[in-house]
Amino acid sequence: MNPTFVTYLEQFLGYPATNLMAAVFFLVAVSILVGVMATIGGLGTYAERKISADIQARIGPNRVGPFGLLQMLADGVKMILKEDIIPSKADKLIFILAPMMAMFGVFATLAVLPFSSGLTLTDLNIGVFYVLGVGSFVGVAIFLGGYASNSKWSMLGGMRGASQIISYEIPVTLSILVAVTMAGGLSFSTLVEAQTGLPHGWYLFHNPFSFIAFFVLFIGALAETNRAPFDLPEAESELVSGYHTEYTGMRFGFFALAEYVEVFVVCGIAAALFLGGYKVPFDLGNGEVLSNALMNIPFLKMVVPMTNGTPIFKLLGSGLGQLLQLGSFFTKTLALYYVVIWIRWTLPRLRVDTLMTLCWKYLTPIALFNLLGAATWMVVFHGKSIYQIIFESGAAQAVGGH
Amino acid sequence: MSADNLNVYMPVVMLMFIAVATVVLALLVGKLIRPHNPFDNKEQAYECGEDPIGIAWSNFNVRFYVVSLIFIIFDVEGALLFPVAAVFKSFIEIGEGSVILATFALFILVLAVGIVYCWRKGDLDWVKGFTSEELQNLSKAKDAQ
Repeated sequence: MNPTFVTYLEQFLGYPATNLMAAVFFLVAVSILVGVMATIGGLGTYAERKISADIQARIGPNRVGPFGLLQMLADGVKMILKEDIIPSKADKLIFILAPMMAMFGVFATLAVLPFSSGLTLTDLNIGVFYVLGVGSFVGVAIFLGGYASNSKWSMLGGMRGASQIISYEIPVTLSILVAVTMAGGLSFSTLVEAQTGLPHGWYLFHNPFSFIAFFVLFIGALAETNRAPFDLPEAESELVSGYHTEYTGMRFGFFALAEYVEVFVVCGIAAALFLGGYKVPFDLGNGEVLSNALMNIPFLKMVVPMTNGTPIFKLLGSGLGQLLQLGSFFTKTLALYYVVIWIRWTLPRLRVDTLMTLCWKYLTPIALFNLLGAATWMVVFHGKSIYQIIFESGAAQAVGGH
Repeated sequence: MSADNLNVYMPVVMLMFIAVATVVLALLVGKLIRPHNPFDNKEQAYECGEDPIGIAWSNFNVRFYVVSLIFIIFDVEGALLFPVAAVFKSFIEIGEGSVILATFALFILVLAVGIVYCWRKGDLDWVKGFTSEELQNLSKAKDAQ
């Protein structure tokens, strides 16, 4: 566990960075990250509309900018220009704090999201635990938003949201525990590095229990982010707009932005825990492997002056490796994001009682059983995956022996 | 807290700060350019166009309370499982896998007993039904009236 970002800075400077320099450096990095993620959230709304249009055989937004890509900017400008209405009977302080809290909870989880081995903002040793804890702020924000509005629709939406989010946190926690049990650590680097680039080394295919755990995690994540078919807190056909009925303009915008970024975050976490995260096949994400491969290309050898060519190759290799890792992470995450949107426009909404039944009578017992099963598998097969047991010689001895 | 720890947690604090600062900044900028024209009807809570009746802060359904109680039990036990899960692999590596598996299984079984108990009590049902006994009592009470 090392603060990777500071080591970059120190490499660039050539001497140890002071605390102040590290702070400024982090501030810049964090601002860039927030900007990028806000853009991704905005693109999420665009993707949602385009994909839903595709599913419903419509065209979708296509007027603002090429392919309607600037629609999100137009939406943002519109929201800023809208009048900000706070209901006269609302609890004003909480009403103002709630969207802030939603943004706070979602953006704080970005700190540990492993975009690539070098581009993780900070690799906390309690990574997933931190995400679970800080992510809960969103549930609190949704309830407080609904409560503070002093509107019956908002109140109902807020209460549904609170009960739904806390309920589905149980199966999600238990499914994350499956991955933690297999990797032996809570930090994202431990969890991702324990997997490989090719699918046979992913935790998804490690054993039957982790396979089920991924789907429990995914369903739970859908419910925690209030995505259809679990969008009861904002069910527009019964609760007007649920917990954000009374929110206008930018305050509503922050709730929406928080939701879209949260979907990205939970997809990223699911990808990191079970789909190999940023790992690239054949270990190409590792800078040394790549730079060695590059050095063996005769053409490049001639172009680059050999006297001090090695550092350049190293730099090139690690840079390319990081890019490949970013590509790997974003491919997996955005594929999951697409599935989330696809599900929203395919499945009808659940009822409150079926929602609770699904969580407490199906997902939670399954997740408990899964955790026990995965733990047993780890002990009985000494941590080997199905692939290793079947295809790798000597595995049979390891199972029987030791 | 050592300097190393500071470096590790500094981005977290900054991210939290910037997230809140973004909201405040956007709202402040918006304040300069957006219209501000409040009147009584506009500031009413939305109730399908009618004047709202009463306030929304009324008694809420007790089912939400039961759900939150069950949640607290399971969430705390889930949080207690995290440290055990984190050291699980190192126990296997030193050959003490069966010991930690037994501990783990015992703890999960306690959780499982908890969920079975809640299930039997009917606390997991959103619409809680009556038992046949309770139905008889109800009809008796009705007859007595």
